Amino acid sequence: MSKQAQHWEKTRGLLMMTLAIWFVFSIGIFLFGAEMESVTGPFGYPLTYWFTCQGSLGIFVILIFWFANRQEKIDEEFGFSERGDD
Amino acid sequence: MIKGNFIDNLPKVYGIYTGGFLAFIILMSIGEQMGMTSKAIGICFVAFTVCIYAIIGYLSRTAQADAYYVAGRQVPTVFNGMATAADWMSGASFVAMAGGIYFKGYGYMALLVGWTGGYVLVATLLAPYLRKFGCYTVPDFIGTRYGGNLSRFLAVVVLTVASFTYVTAQINATGTIASVALDIPFQYAVYVGLISILLCSMLGGMRGVTWTQVAQYIVLIIAYLLPVFWISNKMGAGFFPHFMLADEVARIGELEQQFGFVKNSAADLATVPKGLAGITKAHSAVNATPWAFISLALAMMMGTASLPHVMMRYFTTPSVKAARKSVGWSLFFIFLLYSSAPMLATLSKLSLIDPSLSTGIIGKSIAEVQAIDWYQNWNQANLMFVSDFNGNGTLELNEFFMGGKAVVLATPEIAGLPYVISGLVAAGGMAAAMSTADGLILAIANAISHDVYYKIIDPKAETAKRLVVARVLLVVIGFAGATIAAMEIQGILGSVIWAFDFAMSGLFFPLVLGVWWKRANKEGAVAGMALGLLSGLGYLIWVRNGGSGFLGITQLTFGIFGSAVSLVSMVVVSLITSEPSAATQKMVDEVRVPSGRTIIGKN
Repeated sequence: MSKQAQHWEKTRGLLMMTLAIWFVFSIGIFLFGAEMESVTGPFGYPLTYWFTCQGSLGIFVILIFWFANRQEKIDEEFGFSERGDD
Repeated sequence: MIKGNFIDNLPKVYGIYTGGFLAFIILMSIGEQMGMTSKAIGICFVAFTVCIYAIIGYLSRTAQADAYYVAGRQVPTVFNGMATAADWMSGASFVAMAGGIYFKGYGYMALLVGWTGGYVLVATLLAPYLRKFGCYTVPDFIGTRYGGNLSRFLAVVVLTVASFTYVTAQINATGTIASVALDIPFQYAVYVGLISILLCSMLGGMRGVTWTQVAQYIVLIIAYLLPVFWISNKMGAGFFPHFMLADEVARIGELEQQFGFVKNSAADLATVPKGLAGITKAHSAVNATPWAFISLALAMMMGTASLPHVMMRYFTTPSVKAARKSVGWSLFFIFLLYSSAPMLATLSKLSLIDPSLSTGIIGKSIAEVQAIDWYQNWNQANLMFVSDFNGNGTLELNEFFMGGKAVVLATPEIAGLPYVISGLVAAGGMAAAMSTADGLILAIANAISHDVYYKIIDPKAETAKRLVVARVLLVVIGFAGATIAAMEIQGILGSVIWAFDFAMSGLFFPLVLGVWWKRANKEGAVAGMALGLLSGLGYLIWVRNGGSGFLGITQLTFGIFGSAVSLVSMVVVSLITSEPSAATQKMVDEVRVPSGRTIIGKN
């Protein structure tokens, strides 16, 4: 397999993993909104409420930075990263 | 004080700017102490900030295509993040969002999840690849990837439909704020707003818009957070509201139990002024079905990833790597405001409905409420209304009505904050609406000038001529938007949500599959854009005219239907027609690798 095909395969793998996490926190947990309601979440908010106003949002922020770092590592591994800093 | 390259000095420049703005706020509060009228303070806030933006716009003037279309591709990640956040957070986010949460609670908060989760799609599926492509506009990517003028033209059509729907709402918002702050009639205020918007973008194009958007972000985030923290502290709810409002949220739940949600009769409701609403849904409790919540969030997420004015912000970063990081920063800066909106809604609601607080009005006599100063002000502004439906002389929860905007605009006054905060909030709302309007008008004008005029009509046009065309279009589109805004057809939020649905119907799959599916070809993309947009539009018209809809897809989520049609037609048509040329496939391979030259033009 060519270097480029390997790079793309890893990139796709990372995409799937990132989208899976995204799916859980944007869609998956809200299937159980009513069930999570009676659970007390961080800072004492009801868990469903906390996810909609802080939890999911914060997780997305962290997820994007994590994804960006992982993708950079993949690019470096195959020598495809750009020269110079950003 | 400032030496050398402007880009290297950015932190210093904006540091001084922020300090200057804070000093201005302090100056205004001293002015208030010394007897400046509230009207003068409002005018000073709006006029001062708009002048600053105009100066930045003038200093960023340019005659180069690269600077005009993509800010010279040298905007650092963090600053691009701030600019995107301002570009993204519209008058609706700033003025209407906390109000929506106030009235509809959990069901409405699907928008918070949707408008942030969409950035994960932007970061993973699109932004870095479109940056590598080196295009000036989103239709530029579609036109080059799929080939042919038709695909390019259709992309411009979808972009224009979505962005234009959105921009009228933003010009409307600038008009509303300008008319209140400057005390002039709305019909004229709309054009005052428009001229302020054009001052930022006319001379410098994307470069001007970028640096004004950073400045506007700083104003709008200060204007949003300062009152939230202040009110929370003043009410004794906690010095850091985001972590400390659990008791308040629980207390609202208790009060809801106590008051109950009494349904008003249609005859009673007919006496309530248009646009005002009462609290009819639980604040934090789950009050929507999972599908209602998820479908709305999903539509907003896919719409986010298809809106060209957001995507084009990532064309301005220095590298592919920077584009990815920049998406993270954008969402971080958006998060600061979005996570505060529910807190503001909580504080606002509790201070109004809790009878044990001095500001609470539920349970007081109607006459007493009608005598309150702030009630009279906001009642006059048509944003508040009480009526004794059951004739017992006491105000009940179902007898109190408010406009969505009032939560952000009136809460500081209700909580007893000085007027300087209200002036600050007006400046913040203006900044939010202006920055989004600028991004949208620029996206439309650039697409028409670059993709229709330069790429299709006159490919030999010189740069100077292209930029003249771009600027003329900017003014024409701005005036068209303002003229429609002056007619006041829809509310701010309705049309904003439609824009997301239009964008996702026509553009989501053609963009995503352009990178991720090599087999996608021109015929497929044309079918996907045309059928997606038409079916989405058809569904909207059907539902608006009393159609029952299906699968629980409403007029707010019609993009789910449109994009499904788009996906199916694009895949089917691509597969029954011949595969893309070897050159196109090679181009896709190159897009997938960050290093090397961009596909279009020099790097």
